[in-house]
Formats: sequence, C-alpha cells, structure tokens
Amino acid sequence: MQRRAFLLASSIVTATGLLLAAAAPAAAQSRQETLVVLVENGPNSLDIHGVGTSFRSYVAAWNMYDRLITFGRKTLPDGTLSYDYSKIEPELAESFTAAPDGKSFTFKIRRDAKFHDGSPVTAHDVKWSYDRAVSVGGFPTFQMAAGSLTKPEQFTAVDDYTFRVDLPKPDKLALPDMAVVVPAIFNSKLAKKNATEKDPWAMEWMKTNSAAGGAYKLEKWAPGQETVLVRNDDWKSGPLPKIKRVIMREVPSAGNRRALMERGDADISVDMPQKDAAELLAGKDGKYKVVGVPIENSLKYIGMVTTMKPFDDARVRQAIAYATPFDQIYKTAIYGRGIPMSDGPAGAPKDASWPQPFPVSTDLEKAKKLLAEAGYPNGFETTISIDLGDATASEPEAVLLQQSLAQIGIKTTIEKIPGANFRSAMLQKNRPLHIASFGGWLNFPDYYFFWGYHGQNAVFNTMSYKNEKMDALIDASRYEADPAKYKEQVMGFIKMSIDEMPRVPLYQQILDVGMQKNIKGYTYWFHRQLDVRQIEKL
Amino acid sequence: MLLLIGKRLLSAIPSVIGVLVVTFLLTRALPGDPAAYFAGPAATPQAIAEIRKSLGLDKSLPEQFVVYVKDLARGDLGNSIATGRPVLEEVRSRLPASLELTLLGLVVSVGIAVPLGVLAATRPGSWIDHSCRVITTAGVSLPAFFTGLLLIYVLYYLLGWAPAPLGRLDIFNSAPRDITGLYLVDSLLVGDLETFWAALKQLLLPAFTLAVFTLAPIARMTRASMLEVLSSDFIRTARASGLSPGKVVYAYAFRNAMLPVVTTLGMVFSFLLGANVLVEKVFSWPGIGTFAIEALIASDYAPIQGFVLTMALMYVLLNLAIDVLYIVIDPRVGFEA
Amino acid sequence: MSETWKHIRYVLTENPVTLFAFGLFGLLLICALFGPWLAPHDPLFTDAARALKPPSAQHWFGTDALGRDIFSRVLVATRLDLGIAFSAVILTFGIGAIAGIAAGYFGGWTDRVVGRIADTIMAFPLFVLAMGIVAALGNTVGNIVIATAIINMPLYARVARAEANIRRNAGFVEAARLSGNSEGRILFMHILPNILPILMVQCSLTMGYAILNAAGLSFIGLGIAPPTPEWGILVAEGAQYIISGEWWVALFPGLALMLAVFCFNLLGDGLRDMVDPRRRT
Repeated sequence: MQRRAFLLASSIVTATGLLLAAAAPAAAQSRQETLVVLVENGPNSLDIHGVGTSFRSYVAAWNMYDRLITFGRKTLPDGTLSYDYSKIEPELAESFTAAPDGKSFTFKIRRDAKFHDGSPVTAHDVKWSYDRAVSVGGFPTFQMAAGSLTKPEQFTAVDDYTFRVDLPKPDKLALPDMAVVVPAIFNSKLAKKNATEKDPWAMEWMKTNSAAGGAYKLEKWAPGQETVLVRNDDWKSGPLPKIKRVIMREVPSAGNRRALMERGDADISVDMPQKDAAELLAGKDGKYKVVGVPIENSLKYIGMVTTMKPFDDARVRQAIAYATPFDQIYKTAIYGRGIPMSDGPAGAPKDASWPQPFPVSTDLEKAKKLLAEAGYPNGFETTISIDLGDATASEPEAVLLQQSLAQIGIKTTIEKIPGANFRSAMLQKNRPLHIASFGGWLNFPDYYFFWGYHGQNAVFNTMSYKNEKMDALIDASRYEADPAKYKEQVMGFIKMSIDEMPRVPLYQQILDVGMQKNIKGYTYWFHRQLDVRQIEKL
Repeated sequence: MLLLIGKRLLSAIPSVIGVLVVTFLLTRALPGDPAAYFAGPAATPQAIAEIRKSLGLDKSLPEQFVVYVKDLARGDLGNSIATGRPVLEEVRSRLPASLELTLLGLVVSVGIAVPLGVLAATRPGSWIDHSCRVITTAGVSLPAFFTGLLLIYVLYYLLGWAPAPLGRLDIFNSAPRDITGLYLVDSLLVGDLETFWAALKQLLLPAFTLAVFTLAPIARMTRASMLEVLSSDFIRTARASGLSPGKVVYAYAFRNAMLPVVTTLGMVFSFLLGANVLVEKVFSWPGIGTFAIEALIASDYAPIQGFVLTMALMYVLLNLAIDVLYIVIDPRVGFEA
Repeated sequence: MSETWKHIRYVLTENPVTLFAFGLFGLLLICALFGPWLAPHDPLFTDAARALKPPSAQHWFGTDALGRDIFSRVLVATRLDLGIAFSAVILTFGIGAIAGIAAGYFGGWTDRVVGRIADTIMAFPLFVLAMGIVAALGNTVGNIVIATAIINMPLYARVARAEANIRRNAGFVEAARLSGNSEGRILFMHILPNILPILMVQCSLTMGYAILNAAGLSFIGLGIAPPTPEWGILVAEGAQYIISGEWWVALFPGLALMLAVFCFNLLGDGLRDMVDPRRRT
C-alpha cells in the first residue's frame, strides 16, 4: 500500500501544479527588429577596465558606452565597410581642437547627451572616466599609456561641458588612443554611489552592471549564455541605430553555429572557422554570405625563444623559416583565408608598409645547410606549443610544421596549451618553438614592433628577443615627426626582423563574419567585435 | 528514522572532507596561473605579483586551505574569474538546468529501458531478449557527445524536426518566473503552456542523448530482477491459481521486481549528473557541467571547488534519499549505517 | 573443470550475441597486434592534394583535413586504445581488487580505510575527476591511464570486498588455514583465484568504459598530443566536419570506437553468464 501511496502522492503534486496555473502569455517579440548574433564565447565582464576582462567583452563595452571621439568609416576596394584609422570623428564630444603645439586637446561635450538613467553627461564624468582608466592598472592603464595618457593630472574638466587633455610631448597616437575601447565614458554619479572605501572605482559593481550612456542599454547578461541589449532611443551621439534589440547567444560548437546559420535561425555568426568561410566564398553552399577583412597589423607567426638553445643562433631560426611549409599551411590549415607572408621580394624591404611578406620560401636544402653551419647537421629535438583555443587552425599548422621539420632532422612533439593558460605559458618565455598570433589595435608598424619585438620584453615578445639597435630604431620612430626619417627607421627595423628572424610570419589573418543575405551595414573594426549601431536588417 | 538519517549524514562527513582536500590539491596542481590570466595581456611581472597577492595565492598551500575552509564556513564559495560572479550564485542558477536535463533524461531512459527489460525477461533466450541486449548495449557504447552531435545533424540540420541546439529556451521565449528553477515546473506553476512546450522541445534531444547512454544498466537490472521474481514461489502460486499471464507479470511480478531497479536508478542518476558535462557542451546547455569544464580548462579554482563540493553533497543526499525510499517501499529492509 | 568448459560451450552456443562478441574481440586483437603492418598507408603522412576526400577504393574510409588516410589511422589507433584500456584495467585491478579483497577478508580497520577511500572517490563527479587529474598532471598516455584507473577503483574494491567477505569463513579457506597457510598466502592463493571470474566480468565492462573516458577527454581537448591517432581524438576532430558534409571523418573512427566498447560490454555480459549460471534461467 505504501508504494501506491507514494506514487499517488507524486501524481497529486503534478496535478496541483497544473491547477495553480494562471494565465500569463509570454510577450511575443518580432523577429524582424531583433538581431540574433552567435558567438563562440561571450563577455566575461561588462567593465572594460575590469581585471581579467577578455576581448569578448569589448562587444558589450563598445555598443553600450560612448567614447569622446571615434574613427570614421571607409569603403574598401571590394565594397566592404571598414573603420578608417586616419579619420577621427566626434562622438560624445560635439567638437574638438588641438593646441598649435600639439601638446593638448580640448573637447566640447554634447549638451543634450544623457546617460541611461537620464542624468546629463558632463565633463566631470569624462574626467572621472579617464582618471579611472589610468589609475586602475592592468590592461586599461597600459592601453592609455600607449597614447601618452598616464596621469590624472593630464585631464581637466574646464567647465561642465569642456574637457582638456594635456600631453608631455606631441604624440601621434594620443588622439587615436582616445577612440579605442578603453576610454569609455562612465556615469560617475552612479558609479560613485556603488563605490566603497576599499573600492573607490566601483570595480566590483561595474563587472555586472552598466553605468553607460551609449546607443544600447543592457537588458540581460547571463555569463556563459547570452547578452541582450536594447536600443537607447534617446541616444544623441550619432544617427539612431536601426536594430532595436540584439541577442548574443554563446554557442561553443562551430558545427552548431554553422547549422544555425544555414537554417536561418541566426542573423550573424562572428567566430567563423576558415573552412566555412572558404566554402561559402567558393559558392559551394550559398545559404548565407560571409564578409572577410584582413585584420590590420595582425600576424600569425612561429616564434622562437632566442634565449634558449639552439634558437639563440640566428642561423637556426633562419633554418626553421626555410623549412616552414608556407604553401601547405596556407592551403590546408586555413583554406586560403589569410594573406601569405612568405615569398616576398628579395633583399631589403622596399617600403615601410606593414605587414609585408618576408623574402623567405620553403627550401629544405637551404634549411639543412643553415642547420649544418650552425652546428646541428643532424638536427635536434624540441617542442611545438600551440593554443588549444585556436586549435582549429594551429593544430594542422603544427602538424604540417612537424612533418616538414622532421625532414631536416628536427624531431618535435606538439604541446597543446588550454586557451586560458596560453598567455601565462607565453609569459614564461620557455616554450622554445610556438605558434601564436599578435595584433595591434593602432595601425602603425612601430606600435607592432614596440609590443612584439622591443627589448622591454612585453608578453607579446614571446621570443624574449632583445636587440639594442632595433630598440633604438623603434623608440626613435615612435615620436618621429619627419615622414622620410620615419620611413627609413621603419624599413630599418623590418630588415632586422628579417635578418634575425626571431619570428617567422605565416600569414596576416582575415576576420570572417557570416551573415544572412538581408544584413547590411556590417563594418570591420580594429577591435574585431561587432558594432551593432551600423547594422540594418532588410 | 530521523536518528538513522542523522547517523548516515555523520558517516558521510569524512568523505566530504576527503573530497574537499583532494579537490583543493588538484586545483593547485593545475598548470595555469590565475594571476597571469587576471593581469591581462600587457601585464608586467610586478602587476602579476600584486594580483597574486590580492588573490591570496602568494600564501603557502596550508594557509590557502585554511582561508578556503574559513570562507566555506561562511557560505562563501569564492568568485569565478571567467564570469566574475560569486560561485554560489552561478551554481544556484545553473544547477536547476542540469537537474532538469538529467531528470528528464532519466525519465526517458526508464520509459524505454523498463519495458525492454520486462519484455526480455518474459522471453529469456529468445531473439527479443538478444535484441534488447544488443540495442541497450549499443547505446552505452557510443560516446555521448558523438550521439548528441549525430542527433543534432539528423534531427535539426537535415530534417528540421528538433529546435536549434541553443540551450534551455528558443531565442524568442523568455524564461518563466524563477520558482524552482526547473523551467518545466515553473512554466506549469504560472500556467504558461507556451513556455512549457518551448522548454520541453529544447530538452528532448539532449535528454534523449543522455537516456541512450543509460538504457543498458536499467534494462539489465529490470531483466535480472524480473527473472528472479518470476521464478519465485508466490508467482508460481499465482500462476497455479489460474490468474492470466498478463496479470501475473504486470500486477504482481513487476511491482516486486522494482525494488532493485530503484536502487540502480539512484546510481544511474548520480553517474549521469557527472557524465552530462559533455552533453551540455554539445547542446550549449547552460548547466553546471559546462561551467566546470570551462573552469578546469581555465584553471579557475573557485568554480571547480564549488562544483565538486556541490556534486559530492548531492551524491551524499541522493544516497540517503535512496535508503529512505527503500524503507518506504519495503519496510522489511533494515537500515544500517 | 570439464563441467566449466561444458557450461562455457553451452553459453556460447546458446547465446549467439556472446559468440559474436568473442569473434569481434579476436578481430580487435589482430588489429592491435598487426595494425601497423596491415595499414595500407602511413597514418601520419599528410598530403594537401588529397584533403577531405570521401571514401574510395584507394582510401576506404576517406581522408581527413590534412589528407591522411583515415582507414590507416583507425587501424593503427587500435593498439593505443586497447593499450590504454588494458593498462587502466590492470592498474585498477591491481589496486582496487587487492585492496577490496584485503578489506573483505580482514575486516576491521583495513575495511574502514579502504571503504573510506572508495567512498571519497565515489563522491566525486567521476568524469570531472578524471579531467582534473589529466589537466593537473599533463595529457600523456600514462596520465590518462592513471586517471581512468583511479575513477574505476571503487567499483573493483566494492565487488572484491563483498565477494571476499562471503568467502572469508568458507570451508576451503578454513581448510587452508588449518593446514598452516599464512594469511597472505590464503588471500592470494585461495581467495583471489576463487573470485577472479567475477572480477573478470568487471574488467570487461571497465575496458569499454576506459575507451569512452579517453574519448571524452579528447573531446574537451585533454587527449593525447597530435598527430598520434587515437579513436577519441579522431572522433572529436571529425565532429567539426559533420555539419559541413564530410561525415566520414567522424563516422568511421566513431564506429570503430563503438564496436570496441560494444564488444567489451557484450563480453562482460557473456562472462557474467558463464561465471554465474543462476542469473539465467
């Protein structure tokens, strides 16, 4: 009997559930005014200044917050839209002027601009936001410093609607650096309300809350699941966006993302494997379209730690370069979705463009000869380290490299490092041979070399390379005002990077974004995330 | 009875402490450096050292453990680096998703496996018996992630019968008011049938994937238990007194054979809760399993510790529940701690 | 002894499925032993020109993204996968079964210690424990074996303990004791052989589980380092090509993996029938 009673009891529970029911129809939302975006991973913080904020978070910061200024847009030769780093336009500022000596900038702030809570945007908010960026340390502070913005004393709220930035000396990167993701303008009154004595910058609160005034408001953020933004109809810093609501869903499996796109259940897929993009472009399966733009100032490369034997010898590094199967990597690992960086014109660089192809090609005989000269006629053993998070491309690259190196006697094993640990592994600078990538936000060769090759040994100089002559050239070019001299300096350090070969550039990456055919207005941005404000759905 | 439950709980304490210590040591042995991750791309060694200090990772292991246990005693499971939120909050919001999926998987599995087991037991040695065995064994022989991917390919991509594998709800449905956290139950409680169907549709494919994986043990146990009961004296008596074979099997034998099956269910459930991490990943399911995998790959200590602790506690409670259920079903069973 | 053989023959003829499983096992063993010589192509040789080609007379299972012959890779992987499974089972058996027998036979604190350890392991979500061990120690074959062995340990310990406990005062044990055998000798020479058949059933079932476990680890990226072929890695890699229509990359390794696990599970069932005739009527 007890058994029956138990079964009965459970069915009663279900029945009461049904009885308790009350009518509450879910609000139907129109598919037409909503943009569904698929990403592999989403934001891990809403605060662009936060500690450990991942690049996936830029999408939230970029669409929710305004900056004082932003970049203009241009149409590339193939008709796709891109931001234009040579054109600076006002955003939250209605106008700005540079002092004749180039040592200060003055911004006039829009008088009608409001934050999402309705309070007006003032120069004091701007001052607070800039102070915060240079004070909290870590990535935001570093990024600000790249434009000579380092101390709160440099920032002045002249009056409620006038803001001035002072520089120690003229810097061509200062203005562009104020248009990147970091110097976002926060609602300082709201933030201060949520600050504590221990946490004056409200870092804790800002992680999961928004103090923004930009084109989109936060509706929902479920980390690891989805981010939902709705249009801010009161936005004044630009033309009102067309899309009313954006749902960004995190779908880790690339196959599922492709299936969703092909079946029309999503509008945009941001993280597209090269294979899918190549097939779509080849017209094999034109269910949706793909827009691919070469990522500025960004290279996939083979790095060699120059402080470790045998890679301390430039001839060994040259040998690796000549043993790299560039063509196979280009064709099979990335399905042609990249701009090759091998087989460049012989001799010194002919111009100061960057990136530019290196004068190397696959030549195993030459590689063997170089190895023998360096004293390793029979090769050696080493490890190729790759980032597991990027394994779709890196793993075949590593396998192809492994096979090619075996032919000149270099035996290798492949080490896959989980994405989150890859950075700390690179920081240790003890992975002798690694495949990695680095891109600079600001599109200048000296910027790339400053992070990637300079003897200051930043984490991006994964080769631990140090060459005082090169450092001197990089430092000089950083503030060089004379274009002719600048060109000479840039060609100088590019030549050194070819001769010394601490890293072998493989290809310039392409950012492929898949979208349904009715999506218009997609624009490539330096931060590689989606700017919803320009997108239209027809 | 209460005394017995208390005793049982007490006896579980050493295991839970063991789990705490082992998990703590295991996370600290992970290769990543949370401080370097935290410090961001352009960090200097000093910045990393500072962050290591602020995270308390510069202390010795025993000291860190004491801090961890102290926090735990206050109910603080720490913060996740990856999502920036308290682990407790994450577990609370994600556990229902996993529970709902696992429970439905179990229901589907029982719905298929028990009839199969009964069928096999009534005709032992026949081709039906053999095919039941082959089918259920084949199910457990495929990696669950592979079954899931195949199901998505066929049922969603090719045929379009199943909804998009996008987690717990279709993009245009909003979650029901949070009461139990189980969408099926919550939507019924507020009478939102539309959401109920939407949630159920999303659940079916992953639940079926899980079910396929667990048919074998349940069917096997049902079959064995049925065989044993069918050969027992009271069934023979029932048969001899002229009751119809159907009535003998379903009314008498079946009910008595369910006891060992219930025990198996408990084991299967706890196994499933741990095993569904891969299925969650395949279906973008926002469960606790996906959370644990990501954390482990990222050397994110707090979520791993929180996840393992939660699972261990659930395991203890589940076993307790099974024991209690056992007594409720069959009072002859003694209760020994 | 002849009784046993008769029974085994009876089970095999009576149960075609078990017979099939034995046949399959034979096939797997042949692949494992002679795979590298039987493979028609070099399993590691890449060729961009023939990437992602569907099955053909030249490449029975087609080729993968780097143009490697999938048939050869699947064949060669047999040795590694069975190797992982066998070593994991032997290791678990060595630790779990011996500890379990000792616990069951001696009782007292031995029993309590073994029981506690087994309980603690059981309280872990097992797959995540395996992940943790491999992530912490590094993803080598040895560590995957260790992780698999550890998570299976409690099962063996429990079965062995229960069986040893029943037999500790059995007639043959008493007899051995009276004729002056040491405890250790009784444990290894008398009790262990007696419960070995039951443990063999467990072994067969765990073999399958070990292969699945390795496959799961590969899926989340904690498998064996490339380019070594292993079924789980082959399936996990192939999974990304399902939607784009290159089904053969995942399907054939998946089938091989499934057949192997299937075979071990059926074998386990069959062995159970042989060992314990009461289970069948």
